Amino acid sequence: MSTLTNDPVVEQLRAAFPQVPFRPVDPGIPGLVVPLESLVDVCRYLKTTPGLEFDYLASVTAIDYLDRIDVVYQIRSLKHHRDLTLRIEVDRDESVAPSVTGVWRAADFQEREIYDLMGVTFTGHPNLKRILLYDEFDGHPLRKDWRLPAEPRSVTS
Amino acid sequence: MDVIRLGHKVKEGSIPGDGAPDDEAILHSGLVNLSTLDHALNWARKSALWPLSFGLACCAIEMMAVGTARYDISRFGAEVFRPSARQADLMIVAGTVTRKMAPAIRRIYDQMPDPKYVIAMGGCASEGGPYVNAYNVVQGVDQIIPVDVYVPGCPPRPDALLNGLLALQKKIEARKAATSLNEHKK
Repeated sequence: MSTLTNDPVVEQLRAAFPQVPFRPVDPGIPGLVVPLESLVDVCRYLKTTPGLEFDYLASVTAIDYLDRIDVVYQIRSLKHHRDLTLRIEVDRDESVAPSVTGVWRAADFQEREIYDLMGVTFTGHPNLKRILLYDEFDGHPLRKDWRLPAEPRSVTS
Repeated sequence: MDVIRLGHKVKEGSIPGDGAPDDEAILHSGLVNLSTLDHALNWARKSALWPLSFGLACCAIEMMAVGTARYDISRFGAEVFRPSARQADLMIVAGTVTRKMAPAIRRIYDQMPDPKYVIAMGGCASEGGPYVNAYNVVQGVDQIIPVDVYVPGCPPRPDALLNGLLALQKKIEARKAATSLNEHKK
């Protein structure tokens, strides 16, 4: 945990947003769990502040923990050679999260993929529709409680 | 003058003519060969299969290798990969068929002129392969288009695809010209 608390970017973020209740992400990884409503502001700050300039969104992904869905952002500063992980915790039933396409255009396809496979709706996304599956697909197959409607072929019987 | 030898024995007297000695001479000159219509058509069809340039996954890499000098699909007359379905008569389904790709494959198949043939290359195209009961993978391309030859493997080696091509050629040889080649598929 010491490396985490000492991370200069994390410390700077905490100082810049004193009212936001950040929580640390997993030990050893520089990053923060960000409250949903602060995400876009934090991202814009990280991208535009001189000295930080996280200009590259490496990946957006999501994890189903059954009681919640986490959306994880891996961002990178190509100028300062620095990585940072942001995480938001999304209510599983509502499944609504703010879109960061306004900050990084690269989020467009990745958020569509999460919407397609995990069923998280990103508010503010310019074109939120399925990207990998066909439009008529029923449900979001990477959710852990999703089941095939009918097994087209069985290997056991 | 080029002579097409179709391998059928010429029977004397089987050709109608005026019986002049010239006819007899022509028959035995080696310039004329007689065959059945079936044999001639099938020979032409099997010897110039034009595959569609069309790959879906890693099997396509092996399909490309088949066109190279080392394996040389042109030995069997099938080297003219066509970018347009209108000019192709062989569809090699090389790779995983996803549900999203399925309508496109069906449309391309429908665009190909008759007689047309399909080789399902690899486990995925044959029956889904490793993607058993996967939510977005068609469990075999034969669920959307008729398949003539299945080539197993993951991916099949180029030799295996050539073997599949030879199997298809054998199949074409057995056709009757009078019947539609795709009659059984309808």
